[in-house]
Amino acid sequence: MTNPTPGASRREFLSTAASAPLVAGAAAGVLGGEARAQTTTGAAMAGGQVLVTLKVNGQTHRLSLDPRVTLVDALREHLGLTGTKVGCNHGQCGACTVHKDGVRVLSCLTLAVAAEGSEITTIEGLADGDELHPMQAAFVQHDAYQCGYCTPGQILSAVACVKEGHAGSDAEIREYMSGNLCRCGAYVNIVAAINDAKTKMGA
Amino acid sequence: MADTVQGRSGSERPAARDKEGIRGGAGVALIHDSATKHVTGEAVYTDDIREPARLVEVHIALAERARARVVKLDLEPVRRAKGVVAVVAAGDVPGINDISPTGTGDDPVFAAGEVVYHGQPLFAVAAGTVHEARRAARLAVVGYEDLAPTLSIEAALESQSFVWPEGRMQRGDLEAARGRATGRISGAMTIGGQDHFYLEGQVAMAVPGEDGDMLVHSSTQHPSEVQHMVGKVLGLPDHAVTIEVRRMGGAFGGKETQANLFACVAALVANATGRPAKVRADRDDDMVMTGKRHDFLARYDVAYRDDGRIEAVEMELAARAGCSADLSGAIIDRALFHADNAYFYPAVKLTAHACRTNTVSNTAFRGFGGPQGMVAGERVIEEVAFATGLDPLEVRKRNLYGEAPRDLTPYHMEVTDNVAPELVAQLERDGRYWERRDEIRAFNARHPYFRRGLALTPVKFGISFTLTAYNQAGALLHVYKDGSVMLNHGGTEMGQGLYVKVAQVVADELQVDVGRVRITATTTAKVPNTSATAASSGSDLNGMAAQAAARTIKERLIRFAAESHQAEPNEVEWLPGRVRVKGDEIGFNELVSQAYTARVQLSATGFYKTPDIHWDRATGRGRPFYYFCYGAALAEVTVDTLTGEYRVDRADILHDVGRSLNPAIDRGQIEGGFVQGMGWLTTEELWWDDQGRLKTHAPSTYKIPAASDRPRVLEIAFFENENREPTVHRSKAVGEPPLMLGIAVLHALSDAVASVADHRVCPRLDPPATPERVLMAIERLRETK
Ligand code: FES
Ligand code: FES
Repeated sequence: MTNPTPGASRREFLSTAASAPLVAGAAAGVLGGEARAQTTTGAAMAGGQVLVTLKVNGQTHRLSLDPRVTLVDALREHLGLTGTKVGCNHGQCGACTVHKDGVRVLSCLTLAVAAEGSEITTIEGLADGDELHPMQAAFVQHDAYQCGYCTPGQILSAVACVKEGHAGSDAEIREYMSGNLCRCGAYVNIVAAINDAKTKMGA
Repeated sequence: MADTVQGRSGSERPAARDKEGIRGGAGVALIHDSATKHVTGEAVYTDDIREPARLVEVHIALAERARARVVKLDLEPVRRAKGVVAVVAAGDVPGINDISPTGTGDDPVFAAGEVVYHGQPLFAVAAGTVHEARRAARLAVVGYEDLAPTLSIEAALESQSFVWPEGRMQRGDLEAARGRATGRISGAMTIGGQDHFYLEGQVAMAVPGEDGDMLVHSSTQHPSEVQHMVGKVLGLPDHAVTIEVRRMGGAFGGKETQANLFACVAALVANATGRPAKVRADRDDDMVMTGKRHDFLARYDVAYRDDGRIEAVEMELAARAGCSADLSGAIIDRALFHADNAYFYPAVKLTAHACRTNTVSNTAFRGFGGPQGMVAGERVIEEVAFATGLDPLEVRKRNLYGEAPRDLTPYHMEVTDNVAPELVAQLERDGRYWERRDEIRAFNARHPYFRRGLALTPVKFGISFTLTAYNQAGALLHVYKDGSVMLNHGGTEMGQGLYVKVAQVVADELQVDVGRVRITATTTAKVPNTSATAASSGSDLNGMAAQAAARTIKERLIRFAAESHQAEPNEVEWLPGRVRVKGDEIGFNELVSQAYTARVQLSATGFYKTPDIHWDRATGRGRPFYYFCYGAALAEVTVDTLTGEYRVDRADILHDVGRSLNPAIDRGQIEGGFVQGMGWLTTEELWWDDQGRLKTHAPSTYKIPAASDRPRVLEIAFFENENREPTVHRSKAVGEPPLMLGIAVLHALSDAVASVADHRVCPRLDPPATPERVLMAIERLRETK
């Protein structure tokens, strides 16, 4: 079993995986659920599963996963963190945006194994206890959503957009937020919310 | 005073206490009831519901022919594949294999014998994971015997292949009117369809219960219909099926009938396996297998006078219904109802066809055919403007509905609430139409290759379901002993803010803070026989039903307060949070508690049906709409004439929402509707190949507006108005009408294009006006120069 290099994209990895047959095994691994075995993480297990240690919102989780499992599936299906949404599953809508070491990534295009060793932040981990993150508060203030389905992705993207220094003007915000689709068309308010939050974030 | 619905620190925003002193009554710009949950990820959508043990995941396998007989369907290899728990196909449906919403019998869950579109469901595979199910599905051996498909509207017209009888409306003497005219033009246009692209794809989770009962969590706008369809395919009475939906991640009409399939497949699998089953369509599959906004072919013939006044219009609209009827009959009717937009046609004849093609069955989409009719009507205006040399706005103004006899629609309904002339005049003035027209003319004369364009278009949109029976709603209201209130109604929440609006109505009626009113998920077990949350009717219908329920309880409490004080009911004053009777003030909680002890019923249902509406399709006459919504948009664009690329520089919108129930929510609907309408008419292009395969089935190839596409400046104002009809707090519906404000962008593009031939030739720019189409129109016009 080849271990993917950290940061390998799902597509690169799949092309490697296709030529390197997965470890065959008789015993089926426990699907979902946190692995109890204290095996070295990242190592191959029987049934083609690998042990993956994910640090999400400050908490460490050990999971036994099919190496092809994406980060979004690991979050939603294995850790029950359903705040991260799937809009297209192809890296084209932004709904699944999370932070990996503070950088925005599309969790549908990131393999869970490739997130090992990184700090992952999802929408559930953005607030400071009961205190909303300034970006979350600004989204509420400005009604920057309708159905709310794109909202977790918008907010994580927006926080990163500000931190990257790409929230200088409305035009810049629009450009750097254009990877996050909102079918309800709440863009006016999303841009307003980012403008508002960026000062509170000290940008 | 800072107010929130279900606040957390940091999420407050000032929401004025209304004049009476309660929080969140009608008319207050309250935040969405799920606001905090939306920003924290706590809002639970169907796919987020904690999965019950032993759940199976389902993949639906699709046909790979546009039209063929299925001569072989060997599913044994699929059944034997790893992880597979069950496979279901047409033969495994215990009830009736049909989910046609109007009973036409042409919408099988799974194709039986014949495949009628590329992407039609053939069978479903249930496995431990959807990945296993998907892999297994590929092992099926399917044999097709190809049949000749009908793939275009033209081909369907040629073979007279329709899914519904044609629609017709006629008024006035066409020949006489043409005799009065000084010019006559005919032409044709195509109008593209639109994928809903609800960000939350179709999803359903079925949980089997005892005695064959089935509970389905379904992302649907129409729980009662899903209930009936699940019952039908399982062979169960409606009472054995419960459908529940707390919220949808967008719907836009795409979950009115299209959710039926997914709920039925989940239920079929749950029934077959005895295990909970979830169907969540992958985005590409979703786009391939679900119906969309109908694309249209419109032919028009207009007779006009030199002063720009229209004398006669004849129009033939042909919609791509696809492989089955679905709602196409009502949709072509609504296209006809809006082919006049806000304009009076002295003599008119309109015909509409619902063409049967071997493509996915098209369905409801925000506006429900109305936008397509209106786009055709606006083309007619544009033709007259170019023919007469008048500014298009001048032609629009001269043809707006007015005083009798210029107040009669093609369906013989009088327009009695017309505010279009004032509204258009206000936007023309506030948006500085003529000054900007001059500026743009000067700019265009100067710039080597950029051209700017400007257009102001009105919207008049009829409110009510044209199927009269749908104009009813129910609500259920409980007041518990502690004074807290639980509200349920038949409307569904898809982001449009229906729940918070209805809660505001109840809070207002009971004069309690809105935070006291718990909004609960829509379920067929609480309110039966509901209509789809569609046709913009959600708050009109459910708001009235909830108000009626609240009123019933309030009246019981008033009677009780009177009796317990030996007073008459009219001596009881109902005040914010309390009542006053004979100088005695009793708080709401205390009153409720006393009433409970005195055995007063504290639960009530409410019901509402829209009065005064009727429609006779056979004669093309009636009053199908309770009232009209009005609006207008002024859009400005810049086009690069070398590439056809463009941007929307500015849009000014003036819209009539009557007396708004919640201005914050209504503003969002207007913005979102405009952006969605603009997307439909500009960048959203659906493309099928000559095998009938949809090739634009993901956001990579199907371009909906992004943050960078919205107008640089977007000004939205409410037109000062109240509903003439006694709707809930005199508000007006707001879901669909703003979509048609996007028509202004199409016409602004057309205006910019026209400038390359000095506005002498009508560009006939058909939507979607993609950059390619814009460039082609520019080239075409240059040749005429
Ligand atoms: S779900 Fe990941 S980008 Fe769309
Ligand atoms: S709020 Fe619905 S998709 Fe953005």
